[in-house]
Amino acid sequence: MPTATAPALAVTEVGHRFGERWALRGVSFEVAPRETVAIIGPNGAGKTTLLSIIGGALQPTEGSVSRPPRDIGWVPQQSAVYGKLTVRENLALFARLERLPDPDAAVERMLDQTGLRDRADDEVGELSGGGRQRVNIAVGLLSDPDVVLLDEPSASLDPRQRARLWEFVGTLARSGAAVLFTTHDIAEAERYADRVLVLADGELLFQGTPRELHAAVDDDAADIETAFVRFLASRGH
Amino acid sequence: MRHLLAKDLRILRRSPLLVGLLVAYPILIAVLVGMALSQGPDRPRVAIVNELEDGGAPLTIGGTRVEPSEYASKLFESVDPVKAGSRAEAQRMVRDGEVLAAIIVPRDLLERIQATIALAGARERPTVIVIYNAADPVKRQFVESTINSRVAELNKALSAKLTEIAAGYIDLLLKGGSFSLLGRSFDVIGLERSKRLIDMVLTDTPRGSPDRERLERVSRFAALAIDNLDLAGPVLQSAGSPIEVRRQALDGRRTPLDTYAVAVAVTLSLMLICVLLGAGMLALERDENAFGRLVRGLVSRGTLLAEKIALSAGCAAAAALLLCAGVSAFVPLAWSRLPWWVACLAVAGLAFAALGVAIGALAREVRAASLMAFLLALPIAFMALVPDGAVAGWLSDLLAAIGALFPFRPALTAIDGALNDADGMAGALAHLAALTAGWALLARLALRRFA
Repeated sequence: MPTATAPALAVTEVGHRFGERWALRGVSFEVAPRETVAIIGPNGAGKTTLLSIIGGALQPTEGSVSRPPRDIGWVPQQSAVYGKLTVRENLALFARLERLPDPDAAVERMLDQTGLRDRADDEVGELSGGGRQRVNIAVGLLSDPDVVLLDEPSASLDPRQRARLWEFVGTLARSGAAVLFTTHDIAEAERYADRVLVLADGELLFQGTPRELHAAVDDDAADIETAFVRFLASRGH
Repeated sequence: MRHLLAKDLRILRRSPLLVGLLVAYPILIAVLVGMALSQGPDRPRVAIVNELEDGGAPLTIGGTRVEPSEYASKLFESVDPVKAGSRAEAQRMVRDGEVLAAIIVPRDLLERIQATIALAGARERPTVIVIYNAADPVKRQFVESTINSRVAELNKALSAKLTEIAAGYIDLLLKGGSFSLLGRSFDVIGLERSKRLIDMVLTDTPRGSPDRERLERVSRFAALAIDNLDLAGPVLQSAGSPIEVRRQALDGRRTPLDTYAVAVAVTLSLMLICVLLGAGMLALERDENAFGRLVRGLVSRGTLLAEKIALSAGCAAAAALLLCAGVSAFVPLAWSRLPWWVACLAVAGLAFAALGVAIGALAREVRAASLMAFLLALPIAFMALVPDGAVAGWLSDLLAAIGALFPFRPALTAIDGALNDADGMAGALAHLAALTAGWALLARLALRRFA
């Protein structure tokens, strides 16, 4: 749950334009340490663009992010690791590129934390989709960051792997990290997030707890997904 | 940058098929182009139908015997002659592709030559007949040019022989001597001796005598004939080959064709490896989705480009050096110039690699980048290999202008300079440095829409 301490991450009036089209406009929010926040929204809402800007992969057209990319662990939606390198080599490469004080120790820690030790010497291209996603997450968390961004982290995972993922994310938050993730699975957002941000057509329409999202539309809504759809409709989306 | 370099080398090491193709294919192309440039065509198989009886009796020209077989060899110098029994057999051999063409030496060839030389009023010129398959324009052009040049050589040789015989007659006419015709020998007094005899008679002839005046006129004619027939020899020589060719090479290029072909082969190989590797390895960062992760503070875009350029140029230069080492077994290369080789290969490699990463940044996908690199590279090379003046002036200028935007032509000049001590190396290296900067800048701009 959010605390009264200083935010781990503050996003202020962030906007991004692709050519003439604004993909994001005037997005501002904060995430506290130990807080888990889900960004939900329809396709093309700007969720991945927002995470890419916070993670430093995209430069915002306007606005600012309080933390530099080096302080943030970014796990992109598609596995961003090298298929021809082994799990260990991928981790070692990014640990060195991040100039971690002890890259080898960081690699060993992540192999343990993500349960990849058995596959450490396998080429990533030989792993299953779930295995590659675990490597992807491991690389994003190598620097033991205070803020973790996960873009659709459960998209390619089976139910058992999803359960392990969310257990791992819970561990991260409990250890003090601020976790921000995007998802299309609204129920997943309700289950694992302390707060949700609703993004549509590049605008931040709502931020609050899942219960507050229910309240914003109709107390009788059967589930969060229905509440979410009604909320979007009420805002003309 | 070294971590990225090590990573890319590791990826290449684990892609042996790709690396094998990447190295073997350009080297194969380069060797083929080099061989095509340095090797003349093999002697084409040509069927010969000799209808002369016993291969042709000697010709008799003013009492001099001329063996036709000596001149027939001129006709067959550039071909691999295959004996055919008849015209029909020769035609079948051409039609079936057993031979490229057939030459028919007709039965009356020597008679016609004899008649032409004897000024006996021959109605038809001596003729040999060439049969070839006209279905393939390239083959037809090759046969025509080969046979025409051989016939020209044969005509030249016969003309030289006739000139020699004619000059002998003139000499006989001037200086006198013995001459044999139809088995009988004649003593020819000659103009010089005739004039001396007349002059001797003149000294004994009284002045004012009518005989003296007539003899003086004959003596003056003899003097005039002697003076002018002296010139007949050189005039006949000139008539045999009126134009002499004196070769003068400009711009100081002394590179023999085979070592120039090595320079072409090395440049081609360097270009293909650099461009394909540079384009492919940069596009691979996007295909693996790693580009976004790298440029979020871990590596700058400029560093990433520099790493790809260095990787491609280094790998290609190493492959090109290996190619040089292999080729030096067949063509002598000056190993004392190795430092120049390395320098020029490195600078040219950087320019080609910059072009490659620009292609990779623009294409954004490995397959599209590889295809684009390949489609662009070969025409650039072929444009640069079109010799100046071989096409219309405006087209030559256009090709030169386009060629100046790409590294192939300056790279070839630099590598030729390094391998063969040819001129223009310094200017070419400066040109390559400018192209490296230009293409790298374009690649950097293209990276703005790469993610």
